[in-house]
Amino acid sequence: MKTILLATAAVSLLAVPAVAQTPPSGDTGGGVVRAPKPITGEQVYGAVCQACHMADAKGATGAGTIPALASNPKLAGAAYPIMVVAGGKGAMPGFAGTLSNAQMAEVLTYVRTHFGNSYTKPVTEADVSKIAKPPAAGGH
Amino acid sequence: MVSGVTAPTRRQLLSAIAKVGGTAALYQAMTTLGHAAETQFHGPPNLQGARPGAKVIVLGAGLAGMLAAFELRKAGYQVQILEFQNRAGGRNWSLRGGDVYTELGGATQKIGFSQGNYLNPGPWRIPHHHRTLLHYCKQFGVALEPFIQFNHSGWVHSSQAFGGKPVRFNAAAADFEGNIAELLAKSINAKALDEAVTQEDRDKLLEALKGWGMLDNDYKYSASLRASSHRGFERPGGGGVDGAPIPSKDLYSLHDVLDPQVWTSMAFFMGHEMQTTMFQPVGGMDMIGKAFAKQVDGLITYGAKVSQIAQDDKGVTVSFTDVATGKASQAKADWCVCTIPLGILGQMDLQVTDEMMAAIKAVPYSGQVKIGLEMKRRFWEEDDFIYGGHSFTDQEIALISYPNNNMFKDGPAVLLGAFARDMGAYRLAGMTPEQRIEAALAQGSVIHPGSYRKEFASGASVAWSRVPWTLGCCARWSDDARKEHYQTLVGMDRRIVLAGEHASYIGCWMEGALLSSIDAITRLHKRALEA
Repeated sequence: MKTILLATAAVSLLAVPAVAQTPPSGDTGGGVVRAPKPITGEQVYGAVCQACHMADAKGATGAGTIPALASNPKLAGAAYPIMVVAGGKGAMPGFAGTLSNAQMAEVLTYVRTHFGNSYTKPVTEADVSKIAKPPAAGGH
Repeated sequence: MVSGVTAPTRRQLLSAIAKVGGTAALYQAMTTLGHAAETQFHGPPNLQGARPGAKVIVLGAGLAGMLAAFELRKAGYQVQILEFQNRAGGRNWSLRGGDVYTELGGATQKIGFSQGNYLNPGPWRIPHHHRTLLHYCKQFGVALEPFIQFNHSGWVHSSQAFGGKPVRFNAAAADFEGNIAELLAKSINAKALDEAVTQEDRDKLLEALKGWGMLDNDYKYSASLRASSHRGFERPGGGGVDGAPIPSKDLYSLHDVLDPQVWTSMAFFMGHEMQTTMFQPVGGMDMIGKAFAKQVDGLITYGAKVSQIAQDDKGVTVSFTDVATGKASQAKADWCVCTIPLGILGQMDLQVTDEMMAAIKAVPYSGQVKIGLEMKRRFWEEDDFIYGGHSFTDQEIALISYPNNNMFKDGPAVLLGAFARDMGAYRLAGMTPEQRIEAALAQGSVIHPGSYRKEFASGASVAWSRVPWTLGCCARWSDDARKEHYQTLVGMDRRIVLAGEHASYIGCWMEGALLSSIDAITRLHKRALEA
């Protein structure tokens, strides 16, 4: 695992890293973070979505529920998942501005064709740009 | 000065104003005297005279909920608190050796830290101007100690500057300031600012740049004892034959010190919330939650998973199930203070206005990741002379933070091996706990190459996006959402009022939770007396 992680980091660092600056308030660390930029749908899923939806895309339930993406009929049409990924839903932040339209298209295509989903028509960058709004101003 | 009338001290004057005009007058006077504009806390709410038999149900036994319960009971209400966990304190939380933590997805960690060591997964430092929290810490007997926020000796690491090697904060900051001062002095001497600045101010500015940026008589920032007195020496001054100091020779280039990691690390400490002095409770952050819990002893029903909040003209009915047994129950009250995090609340069956429901669903949560690493010895102190404070890196872990207590002691100590946010946090959160520790060790080794892996004993991680009882760390309002929804969210919805950091402008801080709670119960009490 160690070598895989290090190798992934080394390769990804060659891609243009996103420089995220410290938000203006709230208790966060200082400095800038240059996280390796995920490119393929599988990479974006692992680097972002998996944080909540889990590696098996089955979500989880505690006091509230993180919905499963696995075998989820709500993914049949592309518009709804594009809207959720770009604009957020409830506790889930929108990723327009954080992820590029290309990254969102890649990961949506990936999720819609994996984890028991077989909606084979790829989501394109153009599909995303039709729905994804530019990010609202940040802040707490 | 032996006899006669002496002018009152500032304190006597303020105390007299408070007696005559109350706390509002005091606040006004203090502000006029150039004081106290840094908090909205004007003292505890001092509510009195609840209608006999009036009952309030509080949802959530975090700080906001427990403060509401404490103050409302004092005002004469019957109070019941429902809490999902089997522990009070909410995000005010510490993990110690022997604790077991299961995150969403089922990964379970058994914490292996030594006696006395801990990780604060949530809040970990308290600004000196968070007066509400400090007030109740004092009132409830929570011992505080300094949190070493600003340490000039910490490391600054950028993958894109200084050859990828960590540099000391004081050296990077001194060279940033020195280079900027030299450039500005050069512009002034080249008469580039003659139109913008008067001759008198140009002279003063040059003097300031020389003094602040450690420039030489030619307005150059150069390797010198002056520069070294800010950035550090090749050989510091000593005694006897070789006592003379030798200045450090290799100043960092302008190109390197312009890497954003340098100025963002410097600017970090300028933020109002990050300015020293800061504090932490002695023995772990959860000393605060435990002290609050003691004040509301007997009021909390643990393991209660709320599913529905209904209300009508007569009162509020909360439906919940016992997490352990699945047994369904209802609790009734006249009023409800709800501190449940919005991401969870928005999934419940709530009898509130459509506007309130929209507000609840309009606020996404952040997902920070913290990783605690227990090291067999304090190599940062013993080898690097770092006592508390932070090292910053542009890797996913974002920083290493060093323990603020037990300095110079032998034996194991826990450092904060990651306080990841945004993309760095998503990546770490998506890993298994074992993978997170491995990533933290790999990235931390860039800062402390010789010792990090060698001295590592055990680790623990909390990814807030997978915390079962919050589904996130903090509410992150966008400016647009604030404009559209904030007043609705904090307004009373008939018999229900929301409280917590999400219902404040001091998001992600305990102070915001407490100020929100005081405001909510003050309005609730007023409404209850009017009803």
